[in-house]
Amino acid sequence: MSSPEQWTRPVGQPGAGPRSTDITAATAGTPTRDQVIAGLRATSEGGADLVQLLTPEGERVHHPEFDIEVTPDELRGLYRDMVLVRRADREGNALQRQGQLGIWVPLLGQEAAQIGAGRAMRPADMAFPSYREHGVAWCRGIDPTQLLGIFRGTDHGSWDPLDTRFHLYTIVIGNQCLNATGYAMGQRFEGKVGDDDGEATICFFGDGATSQGDVHEAMVWASVYDAPVVFYCQNNQWAISEPLERQTRVPLYRRAAGYGFPGIRVDGNDVLACLAVSRWALDECRHGNGPVLIEAFTYRMDAHTTSDDPTRYRLSDELEAWKLKDPIERVRVHLVKQQWADQDFFDSVQAEADELAARLREFCVSMPTPGPERIFSEVYAEESPQVRAQRDEFLDYVSGFADAHAGGEH
Amino acid sequence: MAAPTVNQRTTTAPEEGRTPVQTVTMVKALNMGLRAALEKDPKVVVMGEDVGKLGGVFRVTDGLQKDFGEQRVLDTPLAESGIIGTAVGLAIRGFRPVCEIQFDGFVFPGFDQIVSQLAKLRFRSQGRVRVPVVVRIPFGGGIGAVEHHSESPESYFAHTAGLRVVACSNPVDAYWMIQQAVECDDPVIFFEPKRRYYEKAQLDTTATPDPLFASRVLRQGGSVTVACYGPMVKTCLDAATAAAEDGVELEVIDLRTLSPLDLGPVFDSVRRTGRLVLASEAPSEASVTAEVAARVQQECFYSLEAPVLRVTGFDTPYPPSKLEEEFLPDLDRVLHAVDRSLAF
Repeated sequence: MSSPEQWTRPVGQPGAGPRSTDITAATAGTPTRDQVIAGLRATSEGGADLVQLLTPEGERVHHPEFDIEVTPDELRGLYRDMVLVRRADREGNALQRQGQLGIWVPLLGQEAAQIGAGRAMRPADMAFPSYREHGVAWCRGIDPTQLLGIFRGTDHGSWDPLDTRFHLYTIVIGNQCLNATGYAMGQRFEGKVGDDDGEATICFFGDGATSQGDVHEAMVWASVYDAPVVFYCQNNQWAISEPLERQTRVPLYRRAAGYGFPGIRVDGNDVLACLAVSRWALDECRHGNGPVLIEAFTYRMDAHTTSDDPTRYRLSDELEAWKLKDPIERVRVHLVKQQWADQDFFDSVQAEADELAARLREFCVSMPTPGPERIFSEVYAEESPQVRAQRDEFLDYVSGFADAHAGGEH
Repeated sequence: MAAPTVNQRTTTAPEEGRTPVQTVTMVKALNMGLRAALEKDPKVVVMGEDVGKLGGVFRVTDGLQKDFGEQRVLDTPLAESGIIGTAVGLAIRGFRPVCEIQFDGFVFPGFDQIVSQLAKLRFRSQGRVRVPVVVRIPFGGGIGAVEHHSESPESYFAHTAGLRVVACSNPVDAYWMIQQAVECDDPVIFFEPKRRYYEKAQLDTTATPDPLFASRVLRQGGSVTVACYGPMVKTCLDAATAAAEDGVELEVIDLRTLSPLDLGPVFDSVRRTGRLVLASEAPSEASVTAEVAARVQQECFYSLEAPVLRVTGFDTPYPPSKLEEEFLPDLDRVLHAVDRSLAF
């Protein structure tokens, strides 16, 4: 078993092998042998500290610190969540391929990491997502149809971030970690932290984001202000084409020690472990013992986005290895082994997933394009004379055409 | 929280034991304005580097932490993106943060959070999320400082949709404008002319202030219109005094709001004088003065007797401070431009 230290040793250090000589070759279309080996090492083992409650084979294992008991009903619910968000995700991908969406950002493989964290949240807790958190959005009660506008180009996020307690998707990498920390500071300043009724904030970001200054600053701020924020890093091993070793020398969860708060690595493909660790971390925060860093060790089974081509930088072997750790399959196996679910249950979930996909498709193809006045709306709380003048002039100009481009077209 | 009306005309009761009219520096006026804002709304928080115990490097926040506590006046870690980024989060939660950036040249680590999040959140969320954050920035040169302490970055922010940008030029405006900026539901970038920080004026705290987003004619004259803002206002008023001795009457307009611009008074003036000189410390290229010049030629084309002339810092990095007297537009350069305008 390779340890995290082995795969994070930098180029040129003893034990790193002749990798440095292959750096130039790495820019070519085909990954080098050493890149492949590094990638497989990086992605095959979570290390000894990995928190796991359900093995890839569907065996329930126990952990001394982070154990939880779930009822059959709860586990069936988690299974249903994951199947539905995966189906919505695959439909999003297909809609992009058919030209109905400009782009899609797949979550495939990260269902457990997102559902585990999302279901650990209480209604009053706040989430700040990156842009791949379709599973967390699901847990916050945001219908998958509400995600489509961003990718079809009809809005920048159609849900109410305050009502749903799920902030808008943030595309500039790492920005949301500071915003989440500020929000959590506010929870603390308002006296909403300190007992079991307290509130907490959870912030989602990826392994690539950990290189951003904003993520560092967020962890500094959160620690010095004791902000009730869970930093939830989904380490899916790849930042577009860059493997984890381009972002870090140490395992990410260990960075927390440098800021003076706990860092935990959890099996990001194990929904029970993600639920248990997230629930613990959120509870620590709501009681005033935040912040906490969670590294959900997972894998991006699809491309970065529909515009990406992973065959240029990683081998399908790696994907095949991770398919054996599929987050949904292990729950299905466990449900069967425990006789907590029968074929009717699985069939009904599948039917529900197909209905969801059909509803998504129908919604997507009939989404109206907003009228040009949308360009000028809500730029300022009190309208700017400049923007008003531009709007009036442009709308007048547009209306001068015989086939005026009014709103409501598809 | 009830949404305060922008530009509302407020009347503040006289402070106990003090007359309503007092002589104050701009630093003191800003301090009093911030104190009034903190007293008025419990959601107002002041945050920045050294703003607490030290009272800020210019003492603008002197004594505020002592009176309002460490959760209202926050000494932050030393990182500008952190200051703005957490202020955005606090604003989403319902707070009204007033951030201090210690010097103009240090705002750029926070630039990403300002233009990517602060400026756009209202638009992205279609008005569901408000981020009423004020970012105070001491700006401009003339204090003999090392580099990055004398810059005029206002045009970057005026160019960004979603931000409001204002600059005060005197203690009275400073007192009112900072309070109005805090009450504004939009993010406001608030520029303070640091070389005017210790100049004094009579402040009547019971007076009715002008609206925040309005320019103001400070001196009337029929020869040439001079529009300026921030530290250049005093320079231009001095130039007007000097010009008057030669029989040239300058109409001096303090722009005050750089985004949105309030150019009605400028257009009115140029229609009478036919001549316009613009003055700023900032370099000229793609600047606030460039925008004013473009709009004046559009609105006042048939009134202009001379091209719009600009007196600005040069399109160079800010020089070593021994050269800043040459770099910064002074009274003589303003008068030289006035002469050239009149010579057309």
